[in-house]
Amino acid sequence: MSNVPSLLIKELAFAYPDGNQALYGVNLTIQKGERVALLGPNGAGKTTLVMHMNGIHPTMQGEVRISGELVDSKNKESLKAIRSKVGIVFQDPDDQLFMPTVGEDVAFGPYNMGLRADALDKVVKDALTQVGMLDYIDRPPHHLSFGQRRRVAVATVLAMKPEILVLDEPSSNLDPASRRELADILRSLDITIVMVTHDLPYAFELCERSVILSGGIIVADDKTGQILNDEKLLKSHRLELPVGFSFK
Amino acid sequence: MTHSLPAHVKILTVLAFISVSVATPITRWPAFIAFFSLLIFTAVMSKIPILLLFKRALIEVPFVFFAILMPFFGEGEKFSIFGLSVYRDGLLAGTSIVVKGTLGVLAAVILSTTTTAREILRGLEKLKLPMIMVQIASFMLRYINVISDEMERMKVARESRGFIATGIKHWKVLATAAAALFIRSYERGERVHLAMLSRGFDGALPSLDGHAVTAREWITALSIPGLALIASLTALLIGW
Repeated sequence: MSNVPSLLIKELAFAYPDGNQALYGVNLTIQKGERVALLGPNGAGKTTLVMHMNGIHPTMQGEVRISGELVDSKNKESLKAIRSKVGIVFQDPDDQLFMPTVGEDVAFGPYNMGLRADALDKVVKDALTQVGMLDYIDRPPHHLSFGQRRRVAVATVLAMKPEILVLDEPSSNLDPASRRELADILRSLDITIVMVTHDLPYAFELCERSVILSGGIIVADDKTGQILNDEKLLKSHRLELPVGFSFK
Repeated sequence: MTHSLPAHVKILTVLAFISVSVATPITRWPAFIAFFSLLIFTAVMSKIPILLLFKRALIEVPFVFFAILMPFFGEGEKFSIFGLSVYRDGLLAGTSIVVKGTLGVLAAVILSTTTTAREILRGLEKLKLPMIMVQIASFMLRYINVISDEMERMKVARESRGFIATGIKHWKVLATAAAALFIRSYERGERVHLAMLSRGFDGALPSLDGHAVTAREWITALSIPGLALIASLTALLIGW
């Protein structure tokens, strides 16, 4: 493990142009290879935070570094490098899969990074193999089930060989089997993962560490088991375990 | 046969065929019999059921509707046919529109039956249609199902609460639903754009190259408008 963290966020603050402030000084360090759940109620600023990780939102105050490199939305060249290091899997796979076939969609990212011909073909096939969807390479996305589309969405960013994989609500809308299959895939990847979720059992299953973002700051950062056992902490941030669950 | 030809070759072939048939005066009717036979021959060689071909061609009906009325309005020389009194110029112009329109539609139907929408887009890209138009059409293809599913869900939700559109007084509800669908699609467009930026989009969509077109393929495809041109010129020169 190198000493440079995969993700380093320092005193990050952000307000939308309409004056609505979403982040009030976020500090977060994630080491290489860690799997961290980012928990928080609706409107806590989770998505805003994610959008800072690859420079979609310009950093107004504070700084974000991806394996040491500063995310600077004014520097087009470095932004391109950052976006190949941070793979974001969005919540709705239909937003992510916009090309006519699965194969072309997975090729989109690496193509933009400059890969062509055989090299491009290889990363596409490797990424689809990692999520078990190679047989569907020539299918149009709308012929796949929701769970399959989510897996292809993961492949589209894996093909870019990211340093960090960021997943926005990865278990939403999945049936129990798809949910488990996705968990198996995520566990098999040797990569830093940030998982934004409300699905607390899923966070426990996959992530050793969890942080709670609430009201625009990090209010808790601990082992997932510790956090999920602290009922008072969860309650004060509108998080609750499903009835009957406990991690004691 | 036509299924395996590259899309851009087929598009050019259809355009050439349509140009020849539009440029031939309607009074040279033997040429049009030749054009029609060429199309049927192509359809048979492509294993397209003739019935299917004509069924799909019905799409032209609303467009030629006014052409059918043309012989009955106008001025100039009149004569009687099947007990109807028609204008000579109107009849010629109307027939010309219907016949040429039908030929064009049949050619286009053969193209679209033997070529996937995706292939046609690639063909247009190869023919240097502006990138932005190809991209817009390709996104339309990708999202038309997503949006029509969304529309269907909204319809089910409306009807589940007892709404059934029967008349003009329901248009307000339908208009509101259409507006909501538009906003949703617009917002989806923004999210798709974000997803594209996140994967390094800088204006160009990847294009995958097909194989190079062989001379034989060009000859096969262009023989159709070629034969049509010969038929047209023959009819003009012999003066049928």
